[in-house]
Amino acid sequence: MTEVTKVQELVYELKLRDVMKKDVFSVAPGMQMSELREIFRTRRISGAPVLDGDRLAGIISIEDFIRWLSDGGKECRISEKMSKRVETFYSDDTLVHALNKMEAAGFGRFPIIDRQTGGMCGIVTKGNIIEALLKELEIDFHEEEIRRYRASHIFEDIRADKSTLIFQYRIAGELSEAGTTSSGLKTTLKRLGFHPDIVRRSAIIAYEAETNVLINAKEGKMVVRVEPAEIYMKIEDKGPGIPDVEKVMEPGFSTAPDWVRELGFGAGMGLPNIKKCSDKMVLNSTVGKGTCLEATVDIRQPQ
Amino acid sequence: MKLKNIVDLLNLEVRSGSDKLDVEVCGGYASDLMSDVIAHARERQLWITLQTHVNTAAVAGMKGLAGVILVQGREPEQDTVEKAGKEGITILVTKMPAFEIAGKLYNILNAEKV
Ligand SMILES: Nc1ncnc2c1ncn2[C@@H]1O[C@H](COP(=O)(O)OP(=O)(O)OP(=O)(O)O)[C@@H](O)[C@H]1O
Ligand SMILES: [Mg+2]
Repeated sequence: MTEVTKVQELVYELKLRDVMKKDVFSVAPGMQMSELREIFRTRRISGAPVLDGDRLAGIISIEDFIRWLSDGGKECRISEKMSKRVETFYSDDTLVHALNKMEAAGFGRFPIIDRQTGGMCGIVTKGNIIEALLKELEIDFHEEEIRRYRASHIFEDIRADKSTLIFQYRIAGELSEAGTTSSGLKTTLKRLGFHPDIVRRSAIIAYEAETNVLINAKEGKMVVRVEPAEIYMKIEDKGPGIPDVEKVMEPGFSTAPDWVRELGFGAGMGLPNIKKCSDKMVLNSTVGKGTCLEATVDIRQPQ
Repeated sequence: MKLKNIVDLLNLEVRSGSDKLDVEVCGGYASDLMSDVIAHARERQLWITLQTHVNTAAVAGMKGLAGVILVQGREPEQDTVEKAGKEGITILVTKMPAFEIAGKLYNILNAEKV
C-alpha cells in the first residue's frame, strides 16, 4: 500500500528530463532509406528520430522501413518515408502527463523537446519511466530500511534493565553562534536513526531554547536524555529569570532589545514554537536565580 | 523546479553553495523573523529575507531549506558565507525588493504546476 502511494507521488514529482535517455541516436532527413538497414541492424534499435540540425523533423521506424521494402524498396530520402506528425513531450512535463498520453496514443516512444530552445533533447519510452521509478523506489526503500533498523534496534541491542543515552551541551558565546548546540543534537539524533519528524522537532526545541539562553542569560547548558519512549530535553541557565512564566508563553510576547530584534529575533514565537514541537513542556523560573525549561518528544508515535 | 533553473530565470547571484543548485525547490517563504521561519517554513523552500547575518545560515540549515535569497542588493556577512559554505547552504542575492522577488518566484513555481 505504501509503495503504491509512493509511486503516485513520484509520477507527479519527477519530470521527463529526470528519466529520459539523453544521448539519442538520430538520422538526417537527407539520408537514403537503404542506409537504415545497417543502422537498425547494428544498433539494434527499432526506430530513430529524424533531426534537421537540432529540430525534430520526424521519426522513422522499422515498420516504415519494412513498408518501404515491400513497396519495392525504390531508393529515396528518409524524409519522404518518415512519419512527420510526431507526438512529443517537453522535458519539464511530469511523468503522469506522459503516462496518460502514452496510454491514449497506444505507442511508446516519444521525442522530448526543450521548451526554451525548441530543440530535441532526449527520448523517452515506457521502459525508461519504469526503470527510473524502480530506481527511486529502491533508494527510498533502502533509506527507510536503514532508518527502521537503527531506530528500532538501538535499545534492543543494549542489554540492560534500563537504558538511557545522555548528551550534554554547553550553551555559550555570541548570538551569532546560535545553532551550534541544536545542529549538534540534530546530527546525533539523525545518526541514531530517528524519524525525520522527531529530529526536526527536537532540533527546533533546542534552537529556540538555545537562542533564549544566549539572549537572556548569556550561558547555560542543555541535557538530552534519549529513552526508549521519549527524548527528554532540559535547558537550564543562571540568568535573570522570568517574572511571569505564563505571560512569556503568549505568542508575540517579547522583551528582546533592539539589537536583538535587528537580527530577526524577538518575534515572541520561540516559546510557542517549543510548545508546538513538544509533547510535554514545563517552564520553571525564579527571578534572580535562573530558568529551567523541560521538553519531551514522544518517540513511540511519530506524527 | 530545480534551484538552478530559478537562479537562471530570476537572475540571482550565487554567494555560496553553487554546487547545491540541483535541489528541487518546492515553494518559498518570505520573513525576516527567525522564529517565524522556524515555525512556518518547510523543507526545500526558498527563504526570502533581508537578514544577512550568520543566524540566517543556521536557521536555513536547521530547517533543511533549499536556500536563502537576500533582497535589495544586500550582501551576506563574511561569517554567513563561511558557515553556509561549510553546511552546504545556498545563499543567493538579488537587487529586487522582497515583494517583487516573491511575486516572481510565486509565478514561476505556479506556472510549473499547471
Ligand atoms: N532563558 C530565559 N531567561 C530569561 N528570560 C527568558 C528566557 N527565555 C525566554 N525569556 C523571556 O521570554 C520572552 C519570550 O521568549 P520567546 O522565545 O517566546 O520570544 P523571543 O525570544 O522574545 O523572540 P523569538 O524567540 O521569537 O525570537 C523573551 O522575550 C524573554 O523575556
Ligand atoms: Mg526566543
